[in-house]
Amino acid sequence: MSSGERGGWVGEDESARAAGLSAAARERIRGLSRLYDRRQSALIPALFVAQEEAGYLSPEALEAVAETLDLPLSEVTSVASFYTLFYLEPVGRHVIQLCTNLSCMICGCGDVARRMQEILGVGPGETTPDGRFTLRAVECLGACEEAPVMLVDEDRWPRLRPEALPGLLERYP
Amino acid sequence: MSDSILLRWTSEATRGLEGYRAAGGYQAARRALTELTPDQVIAMLADSGLRGKGGAGFPTGQKWKFIPREAPVKYVVVNADEGEPGTFKDRTLMEGCPHLLLEGIVIAAATIGARRAYIYLRREFHRCRHLLEEAIAEARRAGLIGDRLLGTEHSVEIVVHSGAGAYIAGEESALLESLEGRRALPRLRPPFPAQSGLYGKPTLVNNVETLCHVPAIVGLGPQRYKELGPPTLFSVSGAVRRPGVYELPLGVTLRTLIFDHAGGLAPGRRFKAAFPGGSSSTLLCESDLDVRLDYDSLRGAGSMMGSAAVIVLDDASDMVEVIARAVEFYRDESCGKCTPCREGTVWIGQILERILHGGGREEDLGLLESIAAGMTGTCFCPLGESVPPNLVLSLRRFREEYGRRLSGEARHGG
Repeated sequence: MSSGERGGWVGEDESARAAGLSAAARERIRGLSRLYDRRQSALIPALFVAQEEAGYLSPEALEAVAETLDLPLSEVTSVASFYTLFYLEPVGRHVIQLCTNLSCMICGCGDVARRMQEILGVGPGETTPDGRFTLRAVECLGACEEAPVMLVDEDRWPRLRPEALPGLLERYP
Repeated sequence: MSDSILLRWTSEATRGLEGYRAAGGYQAARRALTELTPDQVIAMLADSGLRGKGGAGFPTGQKWKFIPREAPVKYVVVNADEGEPGTFKDRTLMEGCPHLLLEGIVIAAATIGARRAYIYLRREFHRCRHLLEEAIAEARRAGLIGDRLLGTEHSVEIVVHSGAGAYIAGEESALLESLEGRRALPRLRPPFPAQSGLYGKPTLVNNVETLCHVPAIVGLGPQRYKELGPPTLFSVSGAVRRPGVYELPLGVTLRTLIFDHAGGLAPGRRFKAAFPGGSSSTLLCESDLDVRLDYDSLRGAGSMMGSAAVIVLDDASDMVEVIARAVEFYRDESCGKCTPCREGTVWIGQILERILHGGGREEDLGLLESIAAGMTGTCFCPLGESVPPNLVLSLRRFREEYGRRLSGEARHGG
């Protein structure tokens, strides 16, 4: 639950702030807020809309979400920094979420994680220099019958073996 | 699985609306909405003995009954934030048959008089999200949800709401905070959600599996439902040959579940211990293999039913590594609201790390016990309270494994 230091946008001009989010995304966010009796409920879905657009939540994007939902920026930043699936720094084109919780640990996720780090040349929380993959070690993915298991973007990969990783990663250019 | 009550729906044939209805789907909703009064539905749930399947095990009929009838605005919130380590039954149900959950929601909403239901679904369940959204659209087109559903005066809208990665959001009051667009910090209770839930309105919060039992109870009647088990979904994982979700009568023994259903252990391996209800439940050891997996028996054995997620450890598992990994989970997922949990999980984690890496001291074991004692009964919610029991149990029942670490005999953990 890190709340990374961000700054630099205070004093920037209005047009630069508006660049945080496209008009279409703002419209989607306004649509989402109609699903709830209070507009703040749309904040988490709105942050996903913003994150999908830029790949991560830049300070400008957070400000644009705050403005669209008419919420204080401090509140938006507080929420964005609480949840693990909001990225406050740029991530790779593909995000790998490798489960390391108990059932996956018992079934050998340690070997899978070691091989993954060898192949990618980065550790958990890091992005490959070519910007292709971000590797994340995550908690239980709720698919323990498939342990060891991981998500690459939205795809779930079951019963991982270290030797199968190179071929599997090739599917994600 | 053909004689199962829940898993029989999780086949390709009944995944879509047409197949689900052809197999009798939405008949229970029709019955509940057109033939039964809300009181009759609630009485059926009470008679069935159904208890919440998310972990707390609260009687479902009572939970529905607590919702004040006269309140003008009420909500149904489905806890689909399945995050308890070892648990995957809700995902299995939603991926297998999204309409089963929708039917349970329709019955719940009509019974308590809610016009809106939110499915709080953990973000990582992408397939569930797509299937649920598709199923909601299908059901709306067929007049099964939306305005004047099934030709009655009831109207229900169902919205899928994504979580964003926080185990604590599975705790029902933290879930409501999150659904209101805030950090998922648990609320002080009372008031309970039935009086003051989403936006301060009466709210029924039920787990996915709990709601999936409802059509069967309404359809079969509570007596027949009870005779069939009552059916319970066990998520079995870890050191077993056939991990998976098993639908078995409540009260099956741990031995039968592991050895007759989940394929037993790998050849040559010996049973060491198992978490019977997710990693927040206290470990059962070899002498507990004949314990019945039901609420009272597990409480009698010093553990709990939890989410009925059985994580099996064999003799290849190092108990210090297992406990350290579990503590790491609670440390990472602690919301930070209360000091015993926020600090205690960090301190315990640091001590276990140094024991694992050869820097442990004899007095560390007493220190662990004393931190555990300081956390017991002092945490704001069950998250922090989950840590001391397994730590203390491991220090007592598996002390020799700590001893080997302290004397430098054991291999160093990676």
